[in-house]
Amino acid sequence: MSRLDKSDVEKIAFLARLGVDEQDMPEYAANLSNILDMVEQLNSVDTDGVKPMAHPLDAVQRLRADEVTEVNDRENLQSHAPETAEGLYLVPRVVE
Amino acid sequence: MQWEVVIGLEIHVQLSTKSKIFSGASTAYGAEPNTQACTVDLGLPGVLPVFNGEALKKSVMFGLAVGAQINERSVFDRKNYFYPDSPKAYQISQLYYPVVGEGHIDIVLEDGSQKRIGVTRAHMEEDAGKSLHENFHKQTGIDLNRAGTPLLEIVSEPDMRSPKEAVAYMRKIHSIVRYLGISDGNMQEGSFRCDANVSLRPKGQEEFGTRAELKNINSFRFVEKAINVEIERQMDILESGGTVTQETRLYDSEKNETRSMRSKEEANDYRYFPDPDLLPIVISAEEIEAIRKTLPELPDAKCARYMEQLGLSEKDARALTVDRDMAEYYEQVQQAVDDAKMAANWLLGEVSAMNNKNGLEFKDCPVNAVQLTGLLKRVKDNTISGKIAKEVFEAMFTGEGSGGEGDADTIIDKKGLKQITDTGAIEAIIDEVIANNPGQVAEFQSGKDKLIGFFVGQVMKASKGKANPGQVNQILMQKLRS
Repeated sequence: MSRLDKSDVEKIAFLARLGVDEQDMPEYAANLSNILDMVEQLNSVDTDGVKPMAHPLDAVQRLRADEVTEVNDRENLQSHAPETAEGLYLVPRVVE
Repeated sequence: MQWEVVIGLEIHVQLSTKSKIFSGASTAYGAEPNTQACTVDLGLPGVLPVFNGEALKKSVMFGLAVGAQINERSVFDRKNYFYPDSPKAYQISQLYYPVVGEGHIDIVLEDGSQKRIGVTRAHMEEDAGKSLHENFHKQTGIDLNRAGTPLLEIVSEPDMRSPKEAVAYMRKIHSIVRYLGISDGNMQEGSFRCDANVSLRPKGQEEFGTRAELKNINSFRFVEKAINVEIERQMDILESGGTVTQETRLYDSEKNETRSMRSKEEANDYRYFPDPDLLPIVISAEEIEAIRKTLPELPDAKCARYMEQLGLSEKDARALTVDRDMAEYYEQVQQAVDDAKMAANWLLGEVSAMNNKNGLEFKDCPVNAVQLTGLLKRVKDNTISGKIAKEVFEAMFTGEGSGGEGDADTIIDKKGLKQITDTGAIEAIIDEVIANNPGQVAEFQSGKDKLIGFFVGQVMKASKGKANPGQVNQILMQKLRS
């Protein structure tokens, strides 16, 4: 049984940049705990010798030829952005 | 306490494909901002990444070059973090099943001995865009042209024990990717970048100390400096009884210091999972073998061949084979002049010195192999001395000549540099020098043999360096001893 508490939910929400209301915390904690319980149940299956599945489709990736097929569409693409200047997308200042 | 440093490197190599790893946008460097960032690179809803087969081929080439196991099946994962230069809020990378497994390279240490450094793995991933913090009030400008450029991240084992070893490893990887032609390796443009994991432990202790990860190292010189200042920082902490914090630190080359990047810490939980947009990447054993056949002669093999076939010393052979452009230049000159040692001396001496003095890479050397061949042929047939040849070389270097083999002859003629081999002419100069220096002649004849150097110098000076030194020596001896 994995039990997540409020602080776990807060951390997960922060990592995903999701806002979770205080009153919803217990419900999120319970739901996420149930998911972990299910995964734990899967963990009990013997998977020795089973090839890990990376994708539900039993297929392999098609390889693209190395060719430039895209043209400059900056004007159109930037018309959807909230703010641009000198060809750049502007975002709130990120300081390192 | 005696401390031992333990270093592991993560090198990011931009693969030189024409288009991006998951989109058909161009990867050309230096374009106007965001003119090479399409809907896939921007991470707009509903787009689907389609993998560039050339990135796989180039990655496999690297793996084969370092004797690594190639994984016939590799998988792309999402590495989740929020930063505006990565608009999808995840980077497509390979965590669990990388394309290249364990391999190794050999580096040469300062004392000439070799050391094997393990390559843990190498995986394919996409590069992020660039953030520009200047010029915008309370805002950051984002250029996504670089977003989606294919990278090969090469992770080493923590096998290095000094900053010099780290530099040697980095140079060797650089040399290999340039030989393979899988990256331009241009460090100024960010095509070849390095993070260093650095920790200290008491000498003799088995287990590793706590490490710091140094980011943002973009030159061979900085990797050594960055690790050195980090060693000092950690040593200060440990010697005063403190503990090193595991963290990411940014190297500031202007201040020559490393500083903590706290924002990276809280994001350090990347919650990797297989990218559902991409199917497993599969390459057959036959395809891998076909790629193996395309590998060029690599630096170690070339070095061994130069020693065995051309009789060069290990030191010279190594120096000539680090840079593929230099090795190709050398082979061209060596074959045309048919003098391995002479060509080696010139390339490692005058040509390298002039390139270094002018801050040029070998590929940008203004004197081409054909021109140098023309020049060395004139040294070989005694038309000019080695000293005069340097003068001719400098003239070529500064742009005289047309780029052909005849340039040396043209410059020799124009400047009147042809060596004097006419015995009569040399005798006349020698007679004059002897007549002008009776005191030194008497000293020489009374047994001060060392003065021969003085006479040779005077004769060479009087002939403006053009007299054949062998003949000068011989005739001088005859005349002074008679």
